Amino acid sequence: MRARVRLLQLGLLVFLIAGWEVSVRAGWVDAFFFSKPTDIAARVWEWFSTGEIYGHLWITLWETLLAFLIGTVLGVVLGLWLALVPTASAVLDPFIKALNSIPRVILAPIFTLWFGLGVASKVALGVTLVFFVAFFNTYQGIKEVNPVVLANARMLGASGSQLLRHVYLPSAASWIFSSLRTSIGFAVIGAVVGEYLGSAMGLGYLISQAEGVFDTTGVFAGMVVLAAFVVLLDWVVSRVESRLLVWRPVPGQEGGTV
Amino acid sequence: MQATLKENVTQTIPALSLQGVAQRFGNYVAVKGVDLVAAPGEFVAIVGPTGCGKSTLLNIVAGLKPPAEGRVEVFGEPLTGLNPAAGYLFQADSLFPWKTALENVALGPILRGVPASEARDRARAWLSKVGLKGFEDRYPHQLSGGMKKRVALAQVLILSPKILLMDEPFGALDVQTRQLMENELLALWQEDKKTVLFVTHDLEEAIALADRVVVFSAGPASRIVGDFKIELPRPRDVAEIRLTEGFLKIHKEIWGLLREEVMRAHAR
Repeated sequence: MRARVRLLQLGLLVFLIAGWEVSVRAGWVDAFFFSKPTDIAARVWEWFSTGEIYGHLWITLWETLLAFLIGTVLGVVLGLWLALVPTASAVLDPFIKALNSIPRVILAPIFTLWFGLGVASKVALGVTLVFFVAFFNTYQGIKEVNPVVLANARMLGASGSQLLRHVYLPSAASWIFSSLRTSIGFAVIGAVVGEYLGSAMGLGYLISQAEGVFDTTGVFAGMVVLAAFVVLLDWVVSRVESRLLVWRPVPGQEGGTV
Repeated sequence: MQATLKENVTQTIPALSLQGVAQRFGNYVAVKGVDLVAAPGEFVAIVGPTGCGKSTLLNIVAGLKPPAEGRVEVFGEPLTGLNPAAGYLFQADSLFPWKTALENVALGPILRGVPASEARDRARAWLSKVGLKGFEDRYPHQLSGGMKKRVALAQVLILSPKILLMDEPFGALDVQTRQLMENELLALWQEDKKTVLFVTHDLEEAIALADRVVVFSAGPASRIVGDFKIELPRPRDVAEIRLTEGFLKIHKEIWGLLREEVMRAHAR
């Protein structure tokens, strides 16, 4: 079944790429607007073989990781605080909703103004995206702590900080981890959009430069590298996640033997 | 058979004493005017129709939710905050799903400052005592319902509480597992005779296990309507004792009262 699906997926991919290539070569679509797979592959190869891409990749990775880390830490800490202190959440609720309703793209120019054209403005943009994901998931995770488990911990003698360590944090962990998967994607978006709108380095910059000279091959090649980059990061996070959440039941594996 | 236990109470300080206890949730009065005394080492079963506030009463005794009215005393001391003498076996799954069986059992001692290695040794001993040797590293989702209850029992008993509160602990188990667990509970209790408050809606279970069966009326405003001493010999086998004459006689007597309350609860 699994192998069959993989085979069909591969078949579909080959069909799409071959169809694209053939359509361009046959002149059904204009290579100026759509480029073609072989050109794109050649461009990607060129970037990596000349080493031109590494600087850009490194900058984007750095911005992504910084935005991811800062945004997650802020979001988890604030999520914990608001979930455990009802007064704080009641007071801050409308402010958080209002801030979250701002489309982040319009913040990019103002961040560039405040933090300059370098890494900091991209990180700031990424943080505004990542923060809310981590915040809402942590908040929800804490709110959904099983009250029986909580009561049990209290009866067993857990103090406030012990409750946090043995109940709240592990209980919220699966929420926080599922937010990490989303967050890493948002951190990349923050970095790339920031670069796209104004910078001198990074994958977003590369794509925006290519667009500026109507180099569609460059645009598509940038997108391919970006997609591979995100898939790789997501894979790393999911590995870490499954390592840390071994206790979680896998569907269909519920219940042991008597 | 309607025992008041006055003789016992005057001799020793009761393990538990409730006077005029009431609990409200908003406008709903769950229990009202509950007077209950349990002597040290006494096994008291509380029966009543569904929704009669039996669990509410346990939560009050545990100190998880203070009563709206009335006094609770634990070994003569008024109860404020959590009840330090009590261990609580919950009705629903209460294990920490992110901890292994061993870590679950060791948690209580660790929270109380016992060094981790010593806590783990004691937990290992308790797990084998409840028949779970070899299952130390399983997570709760990898255990059956009966095994989870055993872990929960070990988790509570490792702290050797003087009072054991049990809220329909075996309600979700199949009949065979349940009788097995009941016998094991009796064997464990026989060792050091804790005071037990055992809530159930199963009268047979209550009689088979307890020294005393207390009957609650149908809610709202549940109160105690009957208090029966169970003078069946110990040690007991819960499956066999159900067939004895003494069991059937007391069962008939209590059921006469409980039946009315169950009917009233259903009529509502």
